[in-house]
Amino acid sequence: MIIDLPRFVAAERVYWDELQALVARLETEPEWRLSLPEIQRLHYLYERCSSDLARLDTFSTEPGLRAFLESLVARAYTEIHETRAPIKVRWKAAVLAFPRAFRRHGAAFRLSLGATLLGCAFGWFAIRMDARAKAVLMPFPHLLTSPAERVAEEEGMKTDRLRGRKASFSAELMTHNIQVTIFTMALGMTWGAGTLVMLFYNGVILGAVAADYVYAGYGTFLTGWLLPHGSIEIPAILLGGQAGFVLAGALIGWGSGAARSARLRAVAPDLFAIIAGAAGLLVWAGTVEAFISQYHQPVVPYALKIAFGVCELVALTAFLGWVGRE
Amino acid sequence: MKPKRQSRLSIETPEGVVFSFELATPVSRSLAWLVDAVAISVASYILGELCLTLNLLNRDWANAVSVVLYFAISVLYGILLEWHWRGQTIGKRLLGLRVVDVHGLRLQLPQIALRNLLRLVDALPAFYLVGGLTCFFSRSAQRLGDLAANTIVAREPKTEAPDLEQIAPAKYNSLLAHPHLAARLRSLVTPEAAAIAIRAVTQRDGYDPQARVALFRDIAAHFHSLVEFPGEGLEGLTDEQYIRSVLRVIYGGPGDATGGAKDKLTV
Repeated sequence: MIIDLPRFVAAERVYWDELQALVARLETEPEWRLSLPEIQRLHYLYERCSSDLARLDTFSTEPGLRAFLESLVARAYTEIHETRAPIKVRWKAAVLAFPRAFRRHGAAFRLSLGATLLGCAFGWFAIRMDARAKAVLMPFPHLLTSPAERVAEEEGMKTDRLRGRKASFSAELMTHNIQVTIFTMALGMTWGAGTLVMLFYNGVILGAVAADYVYAGYGTFLTGWLLPHGSIEIPAILLGGQAGFVLAGALIGWGSGAARSARLRAVAPDLFAIIAGAAGLLVWAGTVEAFISQYHQPVVPYALKIAFGVCELVALTAFLGWVGRE
Repeated sequence: MKPKRQSRLSIETPEGVVFSFELATPVSRSLAWLVDAVAISVASYILGELCLTLNLLNRDWANAVSVVLYFAISVLYGILLEWHWRGQTIGKRLLGLRVVDVHGLRLQLPQIALRNLLRLVDALPAFYLVGGLTCFFSRSAQRLGDLAANTIVAREPKTEAPDLEQIAPAKYNSLLAHPHLAARLRSLVTPEAAAIAIRAVTQRDGYDPQARVALFRDIAAHFHSLVEFPGEGLEGLTDEQYIRSVLRVIYGGPGDATGGAKDKLTV
């Protein structure tokens, strides 16, 4: 028990001040590497202040001092017990983190792809079985007209309808798609149900549009229209779904003996890498959609657009599948 | 069964020492969010006005920059500020709140990013209803983003010691003539009772005279019930003077009965 609090404070304060200065430097200079004697000193000061805090428990009337010591011990604890390396903004490591995180969660990506393909099949058959479903399934008014009308209109266009607003159209596409991708990931907190619904719904729209154009005989137009940006945009949304399922998996924890907080802590860096990577892809997809995809034959030949889209898809597959393998 | 809500999150270190964080209430968090929403709006407005100057060069690119900047500010505001200020945004700074790791460890960038990106779900369907309800029913007042990122929002501890010269000037203190009783009093007074006494003394002029007399009488009676000093130690002391003497005993150490100023507890 502490009898003489001022004497106790006077005796210990020098150690508290020293620890406070050390911790403050560690907080403001994460790159600072301590020498062995400095580490030993930090540990000694931390133990001494912890002991002071424990002693203060016998002296219940000094809440201010207790709060100060609690705060100091908490800050020192953070620095001493943190085992994760501090995040360093290094471009090479940041770029490699994305494909590595993608490959670590292959099952979640396959689930994301499966949900989308299931939606595609549903949309495809819905349009084939009942043409009236088009009014419900098509996301934009211009898709409600017949494919023949639209293709004729697009190919016969004499002026650039996006003239003077290509950049702003591109920015709107980027921000909207990034938001959808983040949202698809965030819905993983509904134990994955929201992510599943989101991917299935996207698939339904994609399947319905594809069925409409393919059965009208405009498969080439559709491929030339969608592939340049879709070969990046669709995988990016799938990556959002992958992140959502990874989050859901950590939340549910099937077959894992670890605590929920430990599971979530383990996947957080991968979720961050996947979403940041997907956002980067969507910036590219938005640019391509506004500046290339909306121009059709004879302005840009379909073969060229399709070849461009295939090249993008191959490059993306190679990047996600092989880059950064150890 | 609804989990029991806690007002503090305690962490026990491997050394067996326990420290705790006071959890922020949903109300203070909402106020901080309101401040942040205003900050985001102001920043977006200023950048929007700056983008207008780009109109002179190219209207299309000016619009594009404006759309991207607004989106970047609304998404990155929380992430960058909490990363730079170690768990604080402008709103949290003003309200004295801080995001901390549930295990007391250092906040990592992926954690901060995750808790901020999950605002999209917490904000559903409007006005953070999902996040607010989750926060209300969660044991540690966590919204979905906090649950996923293993974070809590805590109140920043205030570490200022009371100014003894204001509330209990270093004069002759008859209670200090009985060091063993003074030590016993210090060990028995709870922080809450000491805080009430400090508040009563510092705000004495704001009370109605009759209410003030009654308040000091009740507080003095409480301290009397803990330790009874001999009659000569209390002779001529009003309830208010007695409380000031008790505060000097609590915060000023045993010292002596001559009123020699002791070290002030500036921590």
